[in-house]
Amino acid sequence: MTSLPTERSAKKLGLVIDLDVCVGCHACVVSCKEWNTGGYGAALSDQDPYGPNVSGTFLNRIHSFEVVPEGGEVIGEAGEARIVHFPKSCLHCDDAPCVTVCPTGASYKRGEDGIVLVDEDKCIGCGLCAWACPYGAREMDLAAGVMKKCTLCVDRIYNETLQEVDRVPSCVRTCPANARHYGDLADPSSAVSIMVAERGGIDLMPEQGTRPVNKYLPPRPRKPLAASAGALLAENTTGASGFFAWLDGMLDRI
Amino acid sequence: MHPAFSIIVFTTLSGLGYGLAAVLGLGILDPAAMATKLAHLAALVLIGVGLLSSTLHLGNPQRAWRALSQWRSSWLSREGVMALLTFLPLLWSAWFAVVEGRHAPVAGLLGAAGAAVTIYCTGMIYASLKSVQTWHTPLTPLCFILFALSGGLTLASLAGAAGGGDALWPALGAIAATIAAWIAKTAWRRRMLSLRPLSTPETATGLGSIGKVRLFERPHMNENYLTREMGFVIARKHAAKLARISFLAGGALPVLLLLVAAALSAVPVTAAVVIACAALLHYAGMFVERWLFFAEARHAVMNYYEG
Amino acid sequence: MPAKPRVALSEPVSDEVRKTTCYMCACRCGIDVHIKDGKIRYIEGNRDHPVNRGVLCAKGSAGIMQHYAPARLKAPLKRVGPRGSGQFQEISWDEALETATRWLGEVREKDPKKLAFFTGRDQSQSLTGYWAQMYGTPNYAAHGGFCSVNMAAAGIMTIGGAFWEFGAPDWDRTKLFVLFGVAEDHDSNPIKIGLSKLKKNGARFVSVNPVRTGYSAIADNWIGIRPGTDGLLILSVIHELLKARKIDVDYIVRYTNATWLVIDQPGSADHGLFARDADGKPLIFESVTERVVLLGTQGARAALSGRVELPGGRFASPAFQHLAEKYLDPKYAPEAVAAETGVAADVIRGLAAEIARVAFDEAIFLDQPWTDINGNRHDGFVGRPVSFHAMRGISAHSNGFQTARALHLLQVLIGAIDCPGGFRFEPPYPKPVEAHPTPHGKAEHFGSNKPLSGPHLGFPRGPEDMLIDKDGNPTRIDKAFSWDAPFSAHGLMHMVIANAHAGDPYPVDLLFLYMANMAWNSSMNTAGVIKMLEDKDPATGEYRIPKIIYSDAYASEMVAYADLVLPDTTYLERHDCISMLDRPISEPDAVQDAIRWPVVEPDRDVRGFQSVLLDLGARLKLPAFVDNRGKPIYENYADYIVRHERRPGIGPLAGFRGREGDRTGRGASNPEQLKRYIENGSFFSAHIPLEAQFFKHANKAYQDFAVRMGFFDQPQPVTFQLYQESLQKFRLSAEGVREPIAPETHRARILETFDPLPIWYRPFEEAAVDREEFPYHAITQRPAAMYHSWGSMNAWLRQIHTRNPLYVPGAICDEHGLADGDWVWVTSNHGRIKVEIQRMEAVNSSTIWTWNAIGKRGGAWALDPKVPEAERGFLMNHLINELLPPKGDGLRWSNSDPITGQAAWYDLRVRIEKAEPGVESQPHFSAVARLRRGEDIPAELRYGQEWAK
Repeated sequence: MTSLPTERSAKKLGLVIDLDVCVGCHACVVSCKEWNTGGYGAALSDQDPYGPNVSGTFLNRIHSFEVVPEGGEVIGEAGEARIVHFPKSCLHCDDAPCVTVCPTGASYKRGEDGIVLVDEDKCIGCGLCAWACPYGAREMDLAAGVMKKCTLCVDRIYNETLQEVDRVPSCVRTCPANARHYGDLADPSSAVSIMVAERGGIDLMPEQGTRPVNKYLPPRPRKPLAASAGALLAENTTGASGFFAWLDGMLDRI
Repeated sequence: MHPAFSIIVFTTLSGLGYGLAAVLGLGILDPAAMATKLAHLAALVLIGVGLLSSTLHLGNPQRAWRALSQWRSSWLSREGVMALLTFLPLLWSAWFAVVEGRHAPVAGLLGAAGAAVTIYCTGMIYASLKSVQTWHTPLTPLCFILFALSGGLTLASLAGAAGGGDALWPALGAIAATIAAWIAKTAWRRRMLSLRPLSTPETATGLGSIGKVRLFERPHMNENYLTREMGFVIARKHAAKLARISFLAGGALPVLLLLVAAALSAVPVTAAVVIACAALLHYAGMFVERWLFFAEARHAVMNYYEG
Repeated sequence: MPAKPRVALSEPVSDEVRKTTCYMCACRCGIDVHIKDGKIRYIEGNRDHPVNRGVLCAKGSAGIMQHYAPARLKAPLKRVGPRGSGQFQEISWDEALETATRWLGEVREKDPKKLAFFTGRDQSQSLTGYWAQMYGTPNYAAHGGFCSVNMAAAGIMTIGGAFWEFGAPDWDRTKLFVLFGVAEDHDSNPIKIGLSKLKKNGARFVSVNPVRTGYSAIADNWIGIRPGTDGLLILSVIHELLKARKIDVDYIVRYTNATWLVIDQPGSADHGLFARDADGKPLIFESVTERVVLLGTQGARAALSGRVELPGGRFASPAFQHLAEKYLDPKYAPEAVAAETGVAADVIRGLAAEIARVAFDEAIFLDQPWTDINGNRHDGFVGRPVSFHAMRGISAHSNGFQTARALHLLQVLIGAIDCPGGFRFEPPYPKPVEAHPTPHGKAEHFGSNKPLSGPHLGFPRGPEDMLIDKDGNPTRIDKAFSWDAPFSAHGLMHMVIANAHAGDPYPVDLLFLYMANMAWNSSMNTAGVIKMLEDKDPATGEYRIPKIIYSDAYASEMVAYADLVLPDTTYLERHDCISMLDRPISEPDAVQDAIRWPVVEPDRDVRGFQSVLLDLGARLKLPAFVDNRGKPIYENYADYIVRHERRPGIGPLAGFRGREGDRTGRGASNPEQLKRYIENGSFFSAHIPLEAQFFKHANKAYQDFAVRMGFFDQPQPVTFQLYQESLQKFRLSAEGVREPIAPETHRARILETFDPLPIWYRPFEEAAVDREEFPYHAITQRPAAMYHSWGSMNAWLRQIHTRNPLYVPGAICDEHGLADGDWVWVTSNHGRIKVEIQRMEAVNSSTIWTWNAIGKRGGAWALDPKVPEAERGFLMNHLINELLPPKGDGLRWSNSDPITGQAAWYDLRVRIEKAEPGVESQPHFSAVARLRRGEDIPAELRYGQEWAK
C-alpha cells in the first residue's frame, strides 16, 4: 500500500548528520555499499567496474561543497571560502513523495518505525519514485532493474544475531569522525533529538514539504584567531637583555 | 530530466490515439465510411503502441500488472487502471464501427470520457511532482489534454476527408483545439521561464546561512543513475530554438494547412492530402514539444549536482 | 496482497568472523572479516582494537574489491618482451626462485653493493632490513626518504620521537590542536576519532594547510599558508612566545640541553660544540656559586643565559642564550614574516596568544605522583593541553628538516611534550639518538659473500659516521649518509634509479624492489625514470640497469619494467607482523603490536613476499636464515615471526611470549604465539603503569618498564636536543676547521642550512628559479578514500576519484580567463603537463593543486586503457625533477633536503597558460599490455548477489 501510514508512527528512526565533524572521508559510503550489496534485496551492482564508464549503485553518497561567504550571515573568518562535506542518503520523510507515487505498492513507509523501504519483489523499476524524491535518495539498480535505497540497515538494527551495540546502521558504526548518529527522532529525550535541539538541527529543502526525519547539524560558529591577537602581553622591556633578566627571575623561583 | 525516447513515444502516441478515440466516440464522422473504421483501428494501435512503449523503460516489465494496484494514491497507477478500463468502451465502440458500421453512442461517450481521464492522469503523473517545479502546475495536464484533442481532431479531419465526407467541422475544431493548446502551452512555458527556483543549493544543503553554496566535488566522478536520469541540461538558446520549431510544426503550420483544407473541403482528396501533412507536422511538433518538456525540466536533486 | 512484506531482519551476517589487521593504507586498523560461503561478505572495524575502536575508513571497507581485483598477479612472471611492453611469460616458483637465487648469488659473490634492494609500502622492514644486512649489500632502505624522513629524523634527533608511529596528541585532554598539512594515510582513523573528540570537548582545532579540504574543512581556524613557509610561521610564533615570556622555564631546564654550555671560540674545531669534561659529559654554569660544573651536579641551579669562562680560558654560553637571542630577533616578528608566509600578522599573533593561553592558563594537573630519572619525587603531572601533528606537508620540502625541528622546539618551549594534553610518546619511543645505531655501509663494512657489519640505517653523530670513501665519495647507491644528505636516516629511494642509470657513484647489476611503484607515482620525473629503466648501453646492448626483480600483489605500472616478477598475496592471504622491532601500533598508554594471518587462502600461484625472502635467504645460505649445516631455519614468515630472536628473548612480537605465553616483551618464543594473537583479535596490548604514562623521556617508572619490556637493556632517558651539536660539527667541517673537511662544493650549503638551532630558508627550487617566471606553487594532497596508487584497481574506490582535475584559485582563474573544464599547460623548470582545471576558492591564493596519484598509465592495474584515470587523470610528478636546476658551476643537486635527503615534492614552482581544449592529459604514455587481457575482467559486478535476501 503506497499510501503513507494513516497514523503517524510512534517511532521515527533516522539519522542525524553533523556537518561540523564530517571530514568527507567516504567511509560511510563504502561501508554502506559493502553491507547492502550482500544484504537486503538485490546486490548494488557496478557497471563497467574496470573500464572508462565505471558507475555503480550507492545508497549513500558524499558531496563536497564550497561555501563562499557572500550575502549570507558570515560566521568565523570573514571572506574565507570553506569546504563542507555533505553525506546524503534517504531522509525517511514523514511525507515521503516517493511512497505515494509508487504504482505497485513496492515503496512503503513502515508504520512501526517510519523507515521507508522498497519491496523489490513488487518493484517494476518505473523510476517514478526517484523522480518524486527531491533529494536523490533512490537509485535504480541497472542490473536488477529495481529501485534501491537506504534501508536504515533494517537488517542490522533489529538483527538479533548482532551484539546490541552493533544494531545500528553500517554507516553509523563505521564513521571514524562520529559524524553520523542514529536514533528515534520522535522521542524528545533521545540522544539524537537532544543533539538536534542543542545544535539547531535542520531539514533539507523544507520547502519541498517532505518533512524529513533525518536532520543535519550545521557547522558550529567559528571564532577567528585574529580576535585573540591582542591577548598576548606585549614585551615589557626591549630586546634580549630584558628577556634574560626575566629569565633569571624565573630561575630563582624554580 | 532525461528525455527518454520510450516515454516521449508513449505520451505522444497515446495522446494522439486517445484524442482520436475521443473524437470518434463523439460520433461526428460517418461510421460507415472505411476511413472511420480505419480511424478506430488507428486509435487503438496508437494507444497500444504507446502503452507498450511505456513498458520499455521498466526495469521489470513482467511485473507491470502490479501497477494497477495503487490507484488510490498513485497517478501512474490511476493512469494504468484508466488505460485498461478505457479499452473496454473503445473496443466496443470500434467493434460497432468496424463490424457493424454504426456509431455506439454510449460506448463512444464512455470511451471519450475515459480517454480524457487517462490523459489527465498522464499529465498528473508529472504535475504531481513537486520535485520538478516546471511540471508542478495544473497547466501540465491541461496541455496534455488539449494537445491530445488537437491531434485527435486533426486525425479525425483526415479520416473525414479521406472518407469522402465533410471534413470542415472537424478541421475547424482541430484549428480551435490547436490554438487553445498553444495558448495553454505558452502560458505553461512563460511560467517555466519566470519560475524562481523553489529549492536552491543553499536550501538543499542548509548552508545558505554561511554563504553561497557551490558544488566542489561530486560524490563520484562519473555519471550515476541520478545524473543520467535527472541531470539532463540543455542550453537556453538551443531550447528556445526547439520551442519555436515545436510551435511551428505542432501549431502554426498545421493550423495554416487545416485552414487550407477547410477551404478545400469540397475537394476531399486534396483536403485529405493537406490534412495528412498537417497531421504529420503535428506529430513532429508534439515530439519536439515532449522532448523539451523533459529536457527543460530541472529536478530539485540537481541542486546537489550543480546541474 | 499482504499489507506488510516480509523483511528478513535477523539473518546471521556470516558463517564466521576472522579478525586481522587492515593494510589498505599505513594506519593498521583492526578488522573483522566476515566470511560467508568461503567468500568475504563484509569487513568492519574491530571494536576492541586500540587503533580504530571499531570504525573503519572507506579504504578499509573497500577491502573486498581490493582482494578480488582482477589486477592481482597470479603467478611468477618472466619478461619476454622489451621492458615496458608488459609482455611476460608465466613461470613456476621453482624457476623464479632459482633465477632470483642465481642473480642474487652472483652479485653477492662478485660485489654485493651491486644489489640495490629497496622497499616501498613495506610493513616488514625489520625483516627486509635484516635480510639485506645478512646479504651484505650496503644498498638497502625503505621508502621513508621520499615520504617523511624529515619529520622522523628531526623528531628523533630533537625529542627522541616524532609523530604517527612515535606518538600522538593526547586527544582526550588537548584543548588546542594545530595540524600542519594533511596526513591522511598515517594515523588516518585515529586522527578522525581524535578530531571528533576535540569537537565534542569544545577544543579548538587550527589547520595550517594551503588547501582547505579533508580535515581542514572542519577546522575552527584555517591558516592557508604559502607552501614551504611553515617553519617561518612557527619561528614567528616562538618569537611571540619568547617576547611575552610564555615559555615553561622549569620544563626547559629539566628536560632539555638549553643549559648546556656552548663553546664560543670562532675558528676552533670545537666552536659551537658543547663544553664537556674528559668523559664527554656536558658542562653547565651553576649560577649560585657561579661555577662551571658537570651536568647533573646535585643542587646546581643551571643558568640559561650569560657568558662564562671555562677551565682553560675559553668562553661559553648556555645553549638557551643562543636560542633566545636568535628568535627574539625582529626578523621573526609577525609583521616581518607576514608577506613571506601569506599569513596576516594578526593571525600569527592570535595563534601564539591561543597557544600561550591554553598552555599556561588552562594547564592541567594530573594527581598522579611519579619519580623522575634523577630520583626526584613529583606530586603529579603538569599538562600543557596544546598539541600538534604534522607529516609530509611540512617535511616534503628542502627546508623540511629544520621546519620539523622548529615544530618540536615550539612544543618543548611550552612544555608540551609527553605531558597530559600535549603530544605523547608511544612505546618503544622516546628513544634517544644514542640508542639508535650509526649507519653501516662504508667500504670496511661489507665484502664478498659476507654480511654487512651492522644495520644500514641509523643516525650519524657527526661527519665521521658518514658512509663515504676516503675521497669523500658516497658508498651507497642513493648517496645516503654522504655530504649530499648526511642524516638520511631512511635512505633516498627516489635517487636510486637515476643514480644507478648514471653509474653515479657506480652502476648496479641488480635492482630488487618490493611494493614500490617507481615507474609511476613514486618517482619524481616519471617519464625520465621510465626512460632510464628502458635505456640500454649501446656498447653492450644491455639495459643500463641490467636486472630488475620486483614483487607486488598487483599489476602496477612498475611490473612492466621488471625482468622477474614475484607475485605477492593480498593482505587477507598473508602473515605479517606489525612489530615492536619496526613500527608497532602502540598508543601513549599501552605497548601494542599486531599480526595479519591468512583469513582467506590464495586461489592463485602466489606467495607472501616475506616467506619468499626467507626462502631466498636460505637458498643463498645467508647467515641467520640457515643453520650451521646450511639447512633453512625458518619454514616461512609465520615461523620466523614466532621463532626469530633479534636479541635473546626479544622477537618480532612482544605479546604472549614464554613457553606458557604469559610473558610480555621479553621471553622465550612460544609456538602458540600466533594462535594466541588470533584469539585476541590479532593484536596484543599491555598497559603502561599509570605513574609511567607521562614524561616518559625522564620518568623512572617508564624507563624501568621499557627495560622490562625489552625496548632497551638499560634506561635510555632523553634530553631534548634543542641545540643540535651534530649539525654544528658539519658546519665546522664546512668551515674547514674540523676533520673530515667538507668538500668545497658543499661548504656554502652546509653553512647555510646546518644551523644547530632551527632556521627557515627558502626552499631550494623556489630560490633557484625566477619567481616571476614560475609564480605559483603546485602541490598534491592525498584523498581520504584512496591510498596512492594502490586503490586504482578498486572498483568502489575508483568511482570516487576516477580522474583528478587541477584545482586553481579563483584569482588565478580570473587572471588567465579560466573556467571549469578548461585545459591549461602547467610548466615547471623541468617539464610541462596539459590538464583540465577546476576553480576553487578555499585555497592559498598562489597555490594550485591536485589529488595525488590518481592518474594512471593505460593498461596498468588491469584497467581498460581508456579509463579516465589514464585519459584525463595526471601526475604532478612529471613536473618535478629528482635534480635541481643546474647552478653556475654546472653541478646539479638532488631535489632533496640537504640534511636528510628527503624528496622535496612540495617545492615545485610553476606557471600556467590556457591551452586548447583537450581530450587527454599530457604527457600521455602508450598503454602497457594488460597482463590478463580479456579474462576475468567483468563488464558488470554484482558482488553479493548470491546472498540477496
